[in-house]
Amino acid sequence: MSQVATAGHVEVDTYESPLTPESWSKLAMWIFLAGDAMSFGGLLAAYGALRYGSPNWPQPSHVLGIAMTGVMTFLLICSSVTMVKGLAALQDGQPRRMCMFIGLTVLGGITFLAMQAVEWTHLIHEGLGLSQNPWGASQFGTTFFMTTGFHGCHVFGGVCYLSVILINGLRGKYSRTNYAPVETAGLYWHFVDLVWILVFTFVYLI
Amino acid sequence: MDEAARRKEHFQDEHVTSLHPNYMGVFWWLLALTILELICGSLPTGPTYPHIAKILLLVSMAVSKAALVALYFMHLKFEVRTLGIVALTPMILCAFFLFMLLPDSAMR
Repeated sequence: MSQVATAGHVEVDTYESPLTPESWSKLAMWIFLAGDAMSFGGLLAAYGALRYGSPNWPQPSHVLGIAMTGVMTFLLICSSVTMVKGLAALQDGQPRRMCMFIGLTVLGGITFLAMQAVEWTHLIHEGLGLSQNPWGASQFGTTFFMTTGFHGCHVFGGVCYLSVILINGLRGKYSRTNYAPVETAGLYWHFVDLVWILVFTFVYLI
Repeated sequence: MDEAARRKEHFQDEHVTSLHPNYMGVFWWLLALTILELICGSLPTGPTYPHIAKILLLVSMAVSKAALVALYFMHLKFEVRTLGIVALTPMILCAFFLFMLLPDSAMR
């Protein structure tokens, strides 16, 4: 275990190390996230390279719905807050409150996916596809759908993961001394939020 | 008492008295930065607002938001240094890949 959420207390206990048995799941999740970050990094680097080298790349703000995506970003940020509040509630010995916050997080994820489905449907009806783009370079559709789709898969995975955590929480499997699974799931969800922050900036705003 | 039991007790005691970071404060910062990003992103570029300034502003705000999420929501600020190194390594590699690709794109 680590000294999570202990503001102002950063002294490392000699027995506390990411290589202690209590932290295996957290360390494993961090290693997974590091690998996953490389995948997203590759997609964003490819997007940047293709865009920079293409003379007829469309202006994303003219093609994509920035206002709706702004709301989607706000939604993911809110879901990150509810996730971290849920973990804090569990650490404070309030498992029921934790379940409420995790439920809200799942709801935020589902709403995000629904909004993304609406956005994709609209763009596909406008003529944007994996190999076609009515507004210019065809690679725009490829990189857009690949990057946002890959992220959407992560959100879907997160919704499933957190639903399992919620069910286990409702069954009383977690407590103030047994919160590692919730913390590990939270790491994944915050990563999904963090990646969206970058995708939103690079794909939609710049 | 063996070492494992002593360690477990230590963490239980620590968490009973632990204080959580100001998550709502982080939330308001994230919200403010998102609104600023939307404003900067929607302003038309020109002589008074060059495209490079827009990119620099948006990227710095996005990196700040990502750092806030990693440091406070993912608790990286309160973790041991090893996890920080694990988290930082892919970021450095991604930046490296991006800058390696850019000269090739510029020469097309």
